[in-house]
Amino acid sequence: MGPLFTATDEWSFVIALVIGIAFGFILESAGFSSSRKLAGVFYGYDFVVLQVFFTAAITAAIGLLFFEYFGWLDLSAIWINKFYIGSAILGGGIMGIGFIIGGFCPGTSACASAVGKIDAMLFLGGFIVGVILFDAFFPFYKGFYKANNMGGALIYEDLGMGKYTFLLLFVIVALASFIATAYIQKRVSKKSEKY
Amino acid sequence: MEEVKLQKPPKKYMNPYLAGVLLGIVILLSFYFTREGLGASGAFKRGVAKVEQVIIPSHLDSEDSAFHHYVTGGKDPLKNRLVYMIVGVFIGGFLSGAINRRLKLKLEHSPKITSRKRAIAALIGGALFGIGSAFGRGCTSGAGLDGMAVLATSGFVVVAMIFGVGYAAAWFFRKLWI
Repeated sequence: MGPLFTATDEWSFVIALVIGIAFGFILESAGFSSSRKLAGVFYGYDFVVLQVFFTAAITAAIGLLFFEYFGWLDLSAIWINKFYIGSAILGGGIMGIGFIIGGFCPGTSACASAVGKIDAMLFLGGFIVGVILFDAFFPFYKGFYKANNMGGALIYEDLGMGKYTFLLLFVIVALASFIATAYIQKRVSKKSEKY
Repeated sequence: MEEVKLQKPPKKYMNPYLAGVLLGIVILLSFYFTREGLGASGAFKRGVAKVEQVIIPSHLDSEDSAFHHYVTGGKDPLKNRLVYMIVGVFIGGFLSGAINRRLKLKLEHSPKITSRKRAIAALIGGALFGIGSAFGRGCTSGAGLDGMAVLATSGFVVVAMIFGVGYAAAWFFRKLWI
């Protein structure tokens, strides 16, 4: 039963490299190497970010539950990111502003740099500066960063519903958003820009 | 100009839903094989930690560094799967760009702004993303996508904040894009 290796196992390094190649290949193939395409999600002219993102999340979430059901994967053994309430909310908010100004996120900027996008390389440079700044001033907000640790909180438990009920709702919301955004995109991108 | 016309144009992008399903399978396999999902920001944080370890080791050894846990017990910050993964992302992106004829050195920006303005925006946006993903304990992939896949509260909160604040701020930065 999976997971087959721990994250520190050297086999995990080899597998991570292969998974990274697939990750980068899919991002580039879907058009995530273009900041103008990515930013479209915020202005209604291109919703590829939302479509790829939510399809991937649903596919993986359903897949994980099937893997558990078939006894292939022990879900209690996989990594669940810990939820530090204030830090997660602030971090997400800052990332939202960074996204709308910079037009990338770290993964997409790496893949866009690989095809020669100079704006993506600059974004990555800025990203590294941001990381250095965060570490340089860490003592000032260390308390906040480590406060309100909810551990590996699960959304369906926090909402007081069953795992499968939540997943069904998640799928319905995602499908509704695909239909709605397809409609919006058709209306907004009449000018149909090429980028 | 004629030379440009002789070159074959870039191929079309993949259908977003097909790309989403494939990416979802990649995430699933990542959890199955390595216990963890995808990640992009972690590798850069570890790169920064590695440089700090060389030039200011005392900082990293103290609790005053956010990356203290990368080196506890004499660990090498770069000996981590996320570092290998980001190398893979560069390779995979390059391969797709090569196959689909999209390899081209260019600074992409809306025709309504200058290259210089786009360059400054990319730098500032990147810096904010660096700070944000440190607070968020991961970026769009490591915190957001993986988090949603495993139905973690943190993942849904981070994604809601990224897109919520992004939409709220979109109007103010519209001149950068439309």
